[in-house]
Amino acid sequence: MVGILISRLIQAITVMLTVTAIAFLMFRFVGDPVQLMSREDASVEEKEELRARLGLDQPVYVQYARFIGRVVQGDLGMSFRNQREVATLIAEKAPATLELVLIATTLSLLIGIPLGVYSALHPNGVLSRAIQGVSLVGISVPTFVTGILLILVFAVSFRLLPSFGRGQTVDLGWWTTGFLTWSGIKALILPGITLALYSLTLIMRLVRSEMIDILSTDYIRFARARGLPERYIIFRLALRNALLPVITVTGLQVGSLIAFAIVTETVFQWPGLGLLFMQAVIFVDIPVMTSYLLLVGLVFVTINTIVDLLYVVVDPRLRARAA
Amino acid sequence: MTASVPALDIRNLRVEYPLPDSDSFVAVKDLSLHIAPGEIHALVGESGAGKSTVGNAIMGLLDRPGRIAAGSISVAGKAVDITTGRAQGIRQGRDIGAIFQDPMTSLNPLFTVESQLSETLRFHLGLDRGKARARALELLRAVEIPDPERRLKHFPHQLSGGQRQRVVIAAALSCDPDLLVADEPTTALDVSVQATILELLRKLASERKLGVLLVTHNMGVVAQIADTVTIMQNGEMVESGPTREVLSQPRAPYARALIGAVPRMDRRLPRFPVPGDHDQAESEAQTKVLGDAKRDTGPAGTDDLLRVEDLSVVYGAGRLFGRGEPFKALDGASFSVRRGEIFGIVGESGSGKSTLAGCIAGLIKPTKGSMAFDGQSLGERRSKAMHRAVQMIFQDPYSSLNTRMRVGPAIQEPIDFFGLADRGRSATEDAKLLLQAVGLPVDAASRFPHAFSGGQRQRVSIARALASRPQLLICDEPTSALDVSVQARVLNLLKDLRDRTGLTILFISHDLSVVRQMCDRVAVMKNGRIVELGDAEALFDAPQDAYTRELISLIPTLDHLAAPAA
Repeated sequence: MVGILISRLIQAITVMLTVTAIAFLMFRFVGDPVQLMSREDASVEEKEELRARLGLDQPVYVQYARFIGRVVQGDLGMSFRNQREVATLIAEKAPATLELVLIATTLSLLIGIPLGVYSALHPNGVLSRAIQGVSLVGISVPTFVTGILLILVFAVSFRLLPSFGRGQTVDLGWWTTGFLTWSGIKALILPGITLALYSLTLIMRLVRSEMIDILSTDYIRFARARGLPERYIIFRLALRNALLPVITVTGLQVGSLIAFAIVTETVFQWPGLGLLFMQAVIFVDIPVMTSYLLLVGLVFVTINTIVDLLYVVVDPRLRARAA
Repeated sequence: MTASVPALDIRNLRVEYPLPDSDSFVAVKDLSLHIAPGEIHALVGESGAGKSTVGNAIMGLLDRPGRIAAGSISVAGKAVDITTGRAQGIRQGRDIGAIFQDPMTSLNPLFTVESQLSETLRFHLGLDRGKARARALELLRAVEIPDPERRLKHFPHQLSGGQRQRVVIAAALSCDPDLLVADEPTTALDVSVQATILELLRKLASERKLGVLLVTHNMGVVAQIADTVTIMQNGEMVESGPTREVLSQPRAPYARALIGAVPRMDRRLPRFPVPGDHDQAESEAQTKVLGDAKRDTGPAGTDDLLRVEDLSVVYGAGRLFGRGEPFKALDGASFSVRRGEIFGIVGESGSGKSTLAGCIAGLIKPTKGSMAFDGQSLGERRSKAMHRAVQMIFQDPYSSLNTRMRVGPAIQEPIDFFGLADRGRSATEDAKLLLQAVGLPVDAASRFPHAFSGGQRQRVSIARALASRPQLLICDEPTSALDVSVQARVLNLLKDLRDRTGLTILFISHDLSVVRQMCDRVAVMKNGRIVELGDAEALFDAPQDAYTRELISLIPTLDHLAAPAA
């Protein structure tokens, strides 16, 4: 276990170093920062002075080491656009995205797993066929279309739910949450469903095919031959095996949801990280883009490391291999 | 038998599978069986004979849409309700226990031994956790697992195959059923493990007055533990009676053929006796297509075609976080194979025989040692000619053919790849001749692999291997997935190929009786080492090494029965 932990950490650090290198290069070489930062009529001396002050006259590896040093200390630089600390900006926007992702993930697990089990048990049933058909729509229609359709139906026609923003939020000091007010919860529903639809479909289809495979294995046959109750066989013996790959996919999905909620956030004008990134792209706000890149890398690496460790906990076969 | 209530009584059982066109396929026809308590009754037959269907029908585990169409079943005197077409009212696990073929897959990988044993006890007997645990421990002792306390906490992957099968037996017997249905219980196990499991079954049957329905294809197993035997063919009973009688004096022609096809341990026969074996067209095709190959293989003689020296494969060495000992899959193997001989390699699972084959075929990289083929070094990088000269056929004919590729093109592929179709025939014709040479109809070329049975698929694999006109054919357990009569035909085919074309064959098997029938010389492997090597006849008649002697003694054979009238 300790061996696995150490090797996973080393892998994670390697990946993060690579990501920082790319982020650093982007910061350095997508245009000259001195040119971007100084006034248009600045003299050569002024520019050189600024260059020295920013440490840009140093060799590349020294600059890279300094960059890593700053990042490790949580200093992600200043946003060009609104002259604020990028770290603060991200801390402000992250709760919105994380809450949205939390809702989307919960929805897709809570609905996806039972639907998957159901359609595995009745592969030719009318309802499973309907679920399969609808899920195909879910997986093939782009997010912005579903988002706009939902807005059209629930916000515009029926005026039941808000079409944009987070509604009222409560500030807990380090976190702003929409869970504590009625309008905040109402605001979460539409973007949550929009974001969940894809991973819900994915999880449902995965659970379905895994369950179909597992229900025909010898150990399930053996469990039936021992006369164990069907419910017990399905929900304890079979489902636990079927959920192994779901862990991986859910992990990857959470990562992508955080990183690429951009479309949904744009459609619903959700004040989260995606919207922050969109605006950074429009204004060529390089420090924000760099930080976003770092953040996405960090999220993926962390989630994957957790998934790997979770696997070891759930699957005894991996534990043995590690010991 | 005794006057007591029979463990199982089946009368005129008929199992049908309705087909789409209102017809139905009859899997079991008019079968009657009677098993007394403590009796082991073997149900033998080849695949498709319906023997497993009988077991499933009794347990209420028939695959849909199969249904019991007629007959009656009673277990321990209780009639089973079959009015719905399925056995109902049977308390599975309570009245009938079942064990299946593969202990590797019969246990759920994510649950401990204790959990899998006690769940049955909790549901059927309503025991609480502590009582269930005590009973589980008792069961593990009954199936003679060493160190049962520790085993309770183990997961299936931490147990060996034999231990897993013991756990499976313990789980099946946990609620003291009257009948045990054992479907090929030892087929997936090594001979030495098989012997102990069979002994255990025999003992449990006698001690617990347990009726056992033993479904198997292995005549040796039948001879060793069954009291009575029923031979089935195409869903019908062919012959039934006390084991000794049926096996030594089979009356029905099919029973005679089946028993005759079992490879014998005690002496070597020139060919397996298979009815309707010799086919004129087949041997002509062989000579025609493989006569060309003979030119390539050179004269048969005493010179060595393959020389292997001090070959080792070590896994797990030099890993950064690997704490365990490096595992030696192959440990300094040296031998040579003469041109035109069939060289056998035997050993139990984990003995390194498949690793050896992999090295020679170039699929596994040896850690150290050297190989030479026809005088040239056989290293990691091989010339096209070298690849062509060494071909391999694998154990499982179901997974070794590309399911999306028609058989003809699959065989044609190596012919085209190596540019071998330049001798006046097209590659297509060559492929057809090859199919004929391995005893398949010519129209087989246009079919997909799923249209063939296991034996036919293995023939396709052989044809594909032969297509590149190899000098050395490596056969890794070529017949262990096949029925005896099919096995006999495939083995005859390999022998014929050797005789007619001078092909050299490296024959790997765990089945010593097959090896005796096939091989000129044999190497016995254990834990990655060759423990004995010699002429097959000498080795089997007077084994030198203790391990070889043990292996030979453990094989269930028909030896103690009189020779079948062929």
